[in-house]
Amino acid sequence: MVNDQEKIVSSKYIRNRTITSFALFFLLIVAGLFSWRWLTHQPEDNSVPRPLRAVLNGNEKFFTNFIYSPSNVSRTYSPTYAAPKVRVNGDDGMGEDFDVTAWKLQVVRSPGDTLFISLDEIKSLPKTDITFDFKCIEGWSQVTHWAGVKFSDFVKKYNLTSECAMQYVGLNTPDKKYYVGIDTRSILQPQTILCYEMNGKPLPMNQGYPLRLIIPVKYGIKHLKRIGTIFFSNSKPKDYWYERGYDYYAGL
Amino acid sequence: MKKIVQKHPLAIRWFHWINFPVLAIMIWSGLLIYWANDIYRLGWGNTTVLKFFPDSFNKAFNIPFRLAEGMSFHFVFMWLFFFNGLLYVGYLFFSGEWKLIFPNKKSLKESWQVVLHDLHIRKGVPPQKKYNAAQRIAYTAVIFMGMGSLLTGLAIYKPVQFKTLCALLGGYEWARIEHFTLTILFSLFFVVHIVQVLLAGWNNFRGMVAGFEVVADAKHLTPFEEIPADTPIDDSPKNM
Repeated sequence: MVNDQEKIVSSKYIRNRTITSFALFFLLIVAGLFSWRWLTHQPEDNSVPRPLRAVLNGNEKFFTNFIYSPSNVSRTYSPTYAAPKVRVNGDDGMGEDFDVTAWKLQVVRSPGDTLFISLDEIKSLPKTDITFDFKCIEGWSQVTHWAGVKFSDFVKKYNLTSECAMQYVGLNTPDKKYYVGIDTRSILQPQTILCYEMNGKPLPMNQGYPLRLIIPVKYGIKHLKRIGTIFFSNSKPKDYWYERGYDYYAGL
Repeated sequence: MKKIVQKHPLAIRWFHWINFPVLAIMIWSGLLIYWANDIYRLGWGNTTVLKFFPDSFNKAFNIPFRLAEGMSFHFVFMWLFFFNGLLYVGYLFFSGEWKLIFPNKKSLKESWQVVLHDLHIRKGVPPQKKYNAAQRIAYTAVIFMGMGSLLTGLAIYKPVQFKTLCALLGGYEWARIEHFTLTILFSLFFVVHIVQVLLAGWNNFRGMVAGFEVVADAKHLTPFEEIPADTPIDDSPKNM
C-alpha cells in the first residue's frame, strides 16, 4: 500500500519546513499571550472586563430569546422532601433597625404613584406553595418548601399588567442596601411567589420576614429577602451582585 | 534524502492548539467556581483519602474568593470550547479522519499490547496506522468526554430550561459531580498525554506543529505499515 501523502525530500527541505512552521507556531503563542493580557487588562464594566461582560450580556439575550420558556418549570417535590433546617446565606439589606410594625410593601407604579400594601392584604390573596430545589450560585442546592402569593396573581389583583409590559422588575430591601433586577419574563413565570411562609410557618426573620421573593428560575441571589419596594423599568435596575461581577441574568 | 509523510492535516493542528489553551482556561475558571462549594473528596465515612482540593493546592493556584471571575470566564470561553469541538468533530466526519481515530474490532485487544509495550514488558507493538489501539481508545474517549462536559455543564448551567437533560444525568447534584469528574479525567489525560509526547520524541511532536513526520531514510523505502514491528529504525513512527 503506497500512501499518496508520502514524499522523498532533502534534509534541507525538512529543515526549512520545520523552521517555518515553528516560527508561525511561536508567533501564535505570543499572539495568544498578548490577547490574554489585553483581555484581562480591559476596563471593567461592573467588575468584569468589558469584552467578557459583553459576551455575558449576549448570553442573557441568547437564553432569554431562544431558550427560556415560561412553560419550563422547576422540578417540584412533595413537601415531605423539604429540609427542616433551611440554609441561610447572606444578610445584606437585613439590618437591625427595621420597624416590622410599620412595614408595608411599596409598589411603584410610576414615579409619584406608589401603592402601599399590608401583609394581611397580601395574605388575603390566593395562596400558592412550592417545594423545589433552591439553587445557590455558590453551587449548593437544597429542597425547600415555601408559600405565598403567585407574583402573576398579585400583578392581576393590583392591575400591574401594563407596568409588566416593561422589560425589568426591580426589588429593594427597605434600607435599599440589597437590590436586584429581574427580567419581567422570568418574574412572571408561574412558579414565582411573593413568599410569607417557610415550611408551613411564618417566614423567620433571617429568611426575610415579612415578605421575600421566591423565583425558582433564578439563582438564590435574586430571591430578595425582606422586600421593601417593587418597581418597573425598561432599563436594568441596579443589582447588588451584578455590581460585584456576577451575571445580571443569573437564570437557571 | 529522507521520506516524509503528511501526518496531521492543518485543520486538526488548529483544532488541537486552540483547544489546549481554551480547555486550560475552562479548567482554571472551573476551579474558581468549584471552590465556592468544594465538597467533593475521595474516602469513606469520616476517612478522607483526598480532599478536592487541599488548601495548599488552592493557595498555590490563587483560587479562593474568585467565584464571580471564574463564572465570567467560564461562560465566555464555553463558546470557544463548544464551537472548536463542534468543528473538530465535523471535520473528523467529513474528512474521513474518524476512521483513523475510532477504535475498531481489534483495538481493545491490541491496546493491552500497546500498554505492555510502553511499560517495556512486551517487545514490539501490533502494526498500526496513524494511531495505535491505545491512542484510538484514548482520543475517542476524550472526544466523548468533551461532549460529556458540554452536556453536564449545560445541565448545571440551565437546569430548569434543560430539565429533561438534567434528570437524565441523575439530577442537578449528580450532573455537578459528573462535570467535576470529567474535569479530573481531562487532567489525568493531560498528564499521560504529556508524558507520552515527551517519550515519543521530537519527530512526533513536530508532526502536531508542522504536520509531517520523517518516516525513514531513503534507504528504507517501505511504507511504515509494512515495517515489521521489531525492526529498529531511526525516526520510527512511534506516535502519541
